[in-house]
Amino acid sequence: MDFNFSEEQTMIRDSLARLLRDQYDFETRRKVAESDTGWRPEMWQQFAELGLLGAAFSEDDGGLGGNAIDSMIIMEEFGKALVVEPYVPTVVCAGGFLKHAGTAAQKEEHLTAIIGGESVFAFAYAEPRGRYDLHDLETTARKDGGGYVLNGHKAVVIGAPWASHLIVTARTSGERRDRDGISVFIVEKGADGITTRDYPTVDGRRASEVYFENVSVPADAMIGEEGKALPLIERVVDEATAAVCAEATGAMGVAQTMTVEYSRQRKQFGVAIGKFQVLQHRMVDMFMEHEQSISMTYMATLKLDEDDVARKKAVSGAKVRIGQGGRFVGQEAVQIHGGMGMTDELAIGHYFKRLTMIDSEFGNVDYHMRRYTALSGEGQKVAAE
Amino acid sequence: MNLEFTPEEVEFRKEVRAFIEENYPKHLRGVGAREDLSRDDMLAWHQILGEKGWSVPSWPEEYGGTGWTPTQKYIWSEENARMDTIMPLPFGVSMVGPVIYTFGSEEMKAKHLPGIREGKVWWCQGYSEPGAGSDLASLKTTAVRDGDHYVINGQKTWTTLAQHADWGFFLCRTDPNASKPQEGISFILADMNTPGIEVKPIKTIDGGHEVNETWLTDVRVPVENLVGEENKGWTYAKFLLAHERSGIAGVARSKRGVERLREIASTELLEGRPLIQDDEFLRKIGQLEIDLTALEFTELRTLAGEAQGKGPGPESSILKVKGTEIQQRLTELTLEAVGHYGHPYFRGFPEDGSNEFPIGPEYAHQAAPNYFNMRKTSIYGGSNEIQRNIITKMILGL
Repeated sequence: MDFNFSEEQTMIRDSLARLLRDQYDFETRRKVAESDTGWRPEMWQQFAELGLLGAAFSEDDGGLGGNAIDSMIIMEEFGKALVVEPYVPTVVCAGGFLKHAGTAAQKEEHLTAIIGGESVFAFAYAEPRGRYDLHDLETTARKDGGGYVLNGHKAVVIGAPWASHLIVTARTSGERRDRDGISVFIVEKGADGITTRDYPTVDGRRASEVYFENVSVPADAMIGEEGKALPLIERVVDEATAAVCAEATGAMGVAQTMTVEYSRQRKQFGVAIGKFQVLQHRMVDMFMEHEQSISMTYMATLKLDEDDVARKKAVSGAKVRIGQGGRFVGQEAVQIHGGMGMTDELAIGHYFKRLTMIDSEFGNVDYHMRRYTALSGEGQKVAAE
Repeated sequence: MNLEFTPEEVEFRKEVRAFIEENYPKHLRGVGAREDLSRDDMLAWHQILGEKGWSVPSWPEEYGGTGWTPTQKYIWSEENARMDTIMPLPFGVSMVGPVIYTFGSEEMKAKHLPGIREGKVWWCQGYSEPGAGSDLASLKTTAVRDGDHYVINGQKTWTTLAQHADWGFFLCRTDPNASKPQEGISFILADMNTPGIEVKPIKTIDGGHEVNETWLTDVRVPVENLVGEENKGWTYAKFLLAHERSGIAGVARSKRGVERLREIASTELLEGRPLIQDDEFLRKIGQLEIDLTALEFTELRTLAGEAQGKGPGPESSILKVKGTEIQQRLTELTLEAVGHYGHPYFRGFPEDGSNEFPIGPEYAHQAAPNYFNMRKTSIYGGSNEIQRNIITKMILGL
């Protein structure tokens, strides 16, 4: 067992932290989030130039030879600065599908463009009626000659307004909630038959409702095997979940230190409120939640390549703990900031909002607790019956 | 970063497992640590490990430590938890031992470390007093220099297992006029057979006799029993508490406890089905396991930091707080799981050799006493509130 970061990993963290400190301060982030486009393509280019977009890919795939630990480091730093740019959909999700199941031609075409910063992806998997179940799909992909025709409605597709391409999960056979019959496609967002309704999200990002009406895609748009893609989707979503756990960890750490700092400045009854033991102990609890979130993020990330059951348990355990920790840290941060915590002006509320929304990204505490218990001991047997 | 065990570590696990299976006393298997065991039973495994050279893994190698890596120590505690062994008690091995080898004289080391290492000498801790609990520095027991002796007067309390102790380590006030209460305290060792030391039992809510009051009346102790310098005892006392905390998480034991809880919940019925199939209960166990995983990886990170030369710092307070919360929740859920048969009280009940029918399942017998007993964990070793004060001061800087 080894909990140390390599020199390369430390370098990635340091150079990214420097870039974000110089160019991603909170006021800049606010302006960007409120601008027409809502993101900075030129920032994305800088991420590419720094090697961040290729850090987690093998050298054979054109990357820098890293793995999920690099994504973890990057996302933790992104969490600290509330970065809005779509690293998870593009690098972790689209990159993950291509890395695990892409053909040589698909990798050649898309991975290279992802690593270079030319292609931006969004992951269209959720549906209005599916909640967090990855297999609850009404979007269909009907075989048509040499290709497929997509029809359906994808919900809250994060980063879609910025995307050049979409990764779409769709049903090639079976009924709405079947685990079989699911396939994955790469679709150009500009393809005929795709319409979108774009909107901002409460935590300063952008998303779209994406409608597919007889959208034709060629056969080579499919990643992985027809009808058998669910295990692949689950794996990639687990990798994305671990990445947002890292993001939450970064955000929690900042929310906690900001709160301690505020309690040092803010005076009531003639003393800094940080002198009150009732607040001190709550800030210690915030600190402990953050530390445990770091531990759970490491644990989940380090188990991503284990067998399906071990991986799912690790990721669900982490998402439960971090969902609970994020809620606690966010709520206490606002409470200890008092009225100021309610204002849009202070950064703390924005950390609270991001932490809140991370809980319902890729499954909330309840969803992951159910998945965890179903995979544990006796629960596993019950699930199998 | 990785979680893999090297071939050497896999080999180490095999060696350790085989050693425990071959050498752990037969009559203590499946018994677990209980305060009503005899002194010999409580020391048996410690003495076997002493002969093997494995009784004080964390000590520096020159004093008998094993030089194991954090991963090896992790494996060691997992394998011991697997067999539910009665581990060496902390008072010598993790408390006074490290204080002696860090601050004691060469004579003191030569005199005391072997007995601790070999499990021959039983130590007890004289810290708390009736008026000095969390506010330990307000302690009133005095030690007054008289020629080549200190004369100790006062009362200590919560002296765990002092009924078996050969030696004790005591915090005593040697300078009543010091400008701060922390500055006039000394760390003094005393032979428990010295005239004037009287140990009286305190019965606790679980019905057990684990802790005592220790009365000290004109106890004459040679000056060479002073550890380090006079009036510097508070520094050593704090050092000891940080050491105590680092082993306190009890991860491997709690993991074993969760397994046992699962077994119990598979046997107990709810609405005619195993309790463990109940969503509510399953969720409680799930939460416990998840929190335990968070603790486990926090401990692994701390151990990795220590291997890099960072001593046990204030972060070990997290391990104390979270570790004890989990130990408590485990006993709480176990008591919940056994239902009606948590009620019967067995202490002093003639179970052994009796022809009577056993009352209820065996796993239920200790459920309530264990639950009551484990309430102590968030109070001892610096209460969990004190741990939060430590983090407030040392880490948050407030």
